[in-house]
Amino acid sequence: MSANAHGPFEALKGLVRRQYFWGIVAIALLLLVNLAKDPGYLAVSVGSSGNLVGNVIDILRAAAPIILISVGMCLVVATRGIDLSVGSVMVVAGAVSMEFLKGAPDTVGSGLAAIGLVVVVSAALGAVNGMLVSVVGLQPFISTLVIMLAGRGLAKVITGGQNTTATNEMFRWTANGHVLGLPAVFLLALLLAVAMGLLVRRSALGLMLEALGMDAKAARLAGVNRRALLFTVYILSGVLAGFAGVFATASVMTVDVSRTGYQLELDAILAVVIGGTSLAGGKFNITGAVIGAILIATLDKTVVFLGVSSSATPAFKAVVIVALCLLQSERVRRAFRKRRSAVAVRPAEREKVAA
Amino acid sequence: MSESLPIVEMAGISISFPGVKALDEVGLRLFPGEVHTLMGENGAGKSTLIKALTGVYRIDEGEIRISGEPRLLGGTADAQHAGISTVYQEVNLCSNLTIGENVMLGHEVRGAAGINWRATHRAAGETLEKLGLGHLNPKQALATLPLAVQQLVAISRSMVAQCKVLILDEPTSSLDANEVEQLFTVIRSLRDQGVAILFVSHFLDQVYAISDRLTVLRNGRFEGEYRTHELDRAQLISKMIGKDVDALKSLDAKGARRVRSDAAPLYSAKGIGRKGAIEEIDIDLHRGEVVGLAGLLGSGRTELARLIYGADRPDTGEVTMNDEKAEITSPAKALARRIAFSSENRRDEGIIRDLSVRENLILAVQARRGWARPLPRREQDAIVEKYVSALGVRPADPERPIRLLSGGNQQKVLLGRWLATEPDILILDEPTRGIDIGAKAEIQEYVAGLADDGLSVLFISSEIEEVVRQSDRIVVLKDHRKIAELEGGQGVSAESIVNVIAEDGLGDPSADTAVREEVTT
Ligand SMILES: Nc1ncnc2c1ncn2[C@@H]1O[C@H](COP(=O)(O)OP(=O)(O)OP(=O)(O)O)[C@@H](O)[C@H]1O
Ligand SMILES: [Mg+2]
Repeated sequence: MSANAHGPFEALKGLVRRQYFWGIVAIALLLLVNLAKDPGYLAVSVGSSGNLVGNVIDILRAAAPIILISVGMCLVVATRGIDLSVGSVMVVAGAVSMEFLKGAPDTVGSGLAAIGLVVVVSAALGAVNGMLVSVVGLQPFISTLVIMLAGRGLAKVITGGQNTTATNEMFRWTANGHVLGLPAVFLLALLLAVAMGLLVRRSALGLMLEALGMDAKAARLAGVNRRALLFTVYILSGVLAGFAGVFATASVMTVDVSRTGYQLELDAILAVVIGGTSLAGGKFNITGAVIGAILIATLDKTVVFLGVSSSATPAFKAVVIVALCLLQSERVRRAFRKRRSAVAVRPAEREKVAA
Repeated sequence: MSESLPIVEMAGISISFPGVKALDEVGLRLFPGEVHTLMGENGAGKSTLIKALTGVYRIDEGEIRISGEPRLLGGTADAQHAGISTVYQEVNLCSNLTIGENVMLGHEVRGAAGINWRATHRAAGETLEKLGLGHLNPKQALATLPLAVQQLVAISRSMVAQCKVLILDEPTSSLDANEVEQLFTVIRSLRDQGVAILFVSHFLDQVYAISDRLTVLRNGRFEGEYRTHELDRAQLISKMIGKDVDALKSLDAKGARRVRSDAAPLYSAKGIGRKGAIEEIDIDLHRGEVVGLAGLLGSGRTELARLIYGADRPDTGEVTMNDEKAEITSPAKALARRIAFSSENRRDEGIIRDLSVRENLILAVQARRGWARPLPRREQDAIVEKYVSALGVRPADPERPIRLLSGGNQQKVLLGRWLATEPDILILDEPTRGIDIGAKAEIQEYVAGLADDGLSVLFISSEIEEVVRQSDRIVVLKDHRKIAELEGGQGVSAESIVNVIAEDGLGDPSADTAVREEVTT
């Protein structure tokens, strides 16, 4: 928006002011760390089938499901809510599609049917969240916690407790295919994210969500339909999580009922916060959430690459994220600015005043 | 009381915000034992000057002396330390705490084992008593109180600490005559104890009733300091707006009465009521008619308005609009039927602080269309342009977050929001709260013009004179029920309405106390 200023320098300045700027910096730093360990880390080569291969490509592929649930989470958070059920919706989506494809012929038609089924089921789960929050009036945290716990149980019931496996080329392609040498899964996720961004900003959904999140009482009196908006947002979040579930299971064509989507809701929340959307609701930033999701994926890969022991992984992640949140906090930023402005900016301001 | 030394002396104060020079070398002197009124149009810089004195804003230039010593105020704590106690323009209490906790916040009575809540609440009760709020239960949640009472609670809070300077920024904006009188009694007694009082109000009657000295600001500049008796109203107004205009004339002139067509009412409610808010009531609204709601604080004016708008759900009664039954159970439904409601509570039920002026203006129009049908940017700009200029919103910058506007200008934006929905029925609860006299006359004229063209207006104001002046028909409320309905016109005046209210229920002495209890429990 403000980046349309004059010249690349102004554009850069606009970027620096964005909250997600530090997310981009963190991604670059993590890549640098990896580069220090292995100078060839960033290399991208053309693989045997003509597709690009390399660590960066792996990161993008891994980021796809996180991008989707982060975008959904971002919208929910804007309304001052939270959706803890996204990880469980992912596993339900995986279970439904694997169970369906297990008995279906390996055709494009049944692949599409499986995806259609996922959309319906995940929208239904989202609608339950929406109903608990808007009609019953439960706290979003509690409502979605219920679905988070029930969802994994539901997945186990659907597969009979098994880790169901199936084959379907079309379905598999969504995760493992390539378009123009790039992983299809990343492009699909990006496409969905852009579509959501357009939906929200081209319609008045974004304004309504912000109004609701900033001041529910005033928004209600202004005629904003809280109930319909909450339904919409939780359903959108559910459907996006359903797609994330498809991507997560399609790569191995197996649903792991205890591990698919496990604790990914936390990653999504982190991605949203890193992207500059406050958990207190109101103004939200979808681009930021996407960048946050890529950062989380980079962090995951880095942890593995550096060989951090799996027990220390959460602590490592925590340190990076705390550092990032500190950098973003208004207070710290103001302190930085003050130190700089004490020397340079102050006199300039004086002049403006005098003029 | 004569020329003693000023306790507060501000000189050459300048404050700039990005794009606005809010104060430009302004001075202010406060003397002990004097009531000093700060006058100026909306956006003149009154609140900003007050915030400079209370340490909310850092001053760019100038000097503040307190008791003769130059002071650097780094924050509100410094100002409190210096004995300055403040009630800001927007009531800033914690609505999730009790009344007593709000009053005593930071001044809780401490015993050996931490805070002594019993003593704290007792102290709160005593403080409230001074403002005639003795009937309130300090343990009641603040949120349950009407805005005017919250305003009084905020004032009580400022009087807990012994202060040398008391600042009241538009404390009377939603009070009616009795409460104002009560407040003035307290102010006078503090003044006689030697407290310096800084007062802001857009009501000239109040200004002349209470103040000893005036400072006038215009466009962020210092116009002058005067003894109140040296300056008559016309002079004062011309100092404020910078030209000789009889703004008062249009206020006083009573508009020609509209002739009501005998057609069926546009809106007709039979027996609508809600437990604890308002008893069953009948009310009709016609096209092209202004209906006023008169009544004292707590009579149920706002409650009735909220019921009509669907902000609260009626428990009983039936509503017909254009001869068909209408279910108005939410604001969205009311808007769909072209009813608009401007709440008295600008801060909590009006503006959305972090949205821009443009977004605040179009919000209701957009909400009625639904999110899937966005208002094209060109239409948005047209709406913004129309109402920003019609209502005189300043600064006229649509992309500025609304929280950066002065209180009166925020109120104008809100009015614009409701006018932009082009309603058939417009419910205005204290619509000109905090708006300066010049703009007030213009806005009243504007609304009257819309009524001439067929708009139906339901008008609520704590100033009975204003209700009489504006309305074609007046519904009088008392103790949550309707006691009379008067055709406006020759016979009706503020006194006659006050009499109707006073005479009602004289035969039944228990009525008054019964309601008191209802309020406290
Ligand atoms: N924090 C802020 N940032 C930017 N501009 C501000 C800020 N606070 C006030 N202003 C601007 O400064 C000017 C003076 O505002 P101020 O609130 O002092 O007016 P006021 O005299 O109190 O008006 P009112 O009678 O409407 O309350 C206005 O133009 C307002 O928009
Ligand atoms: Mg003000």
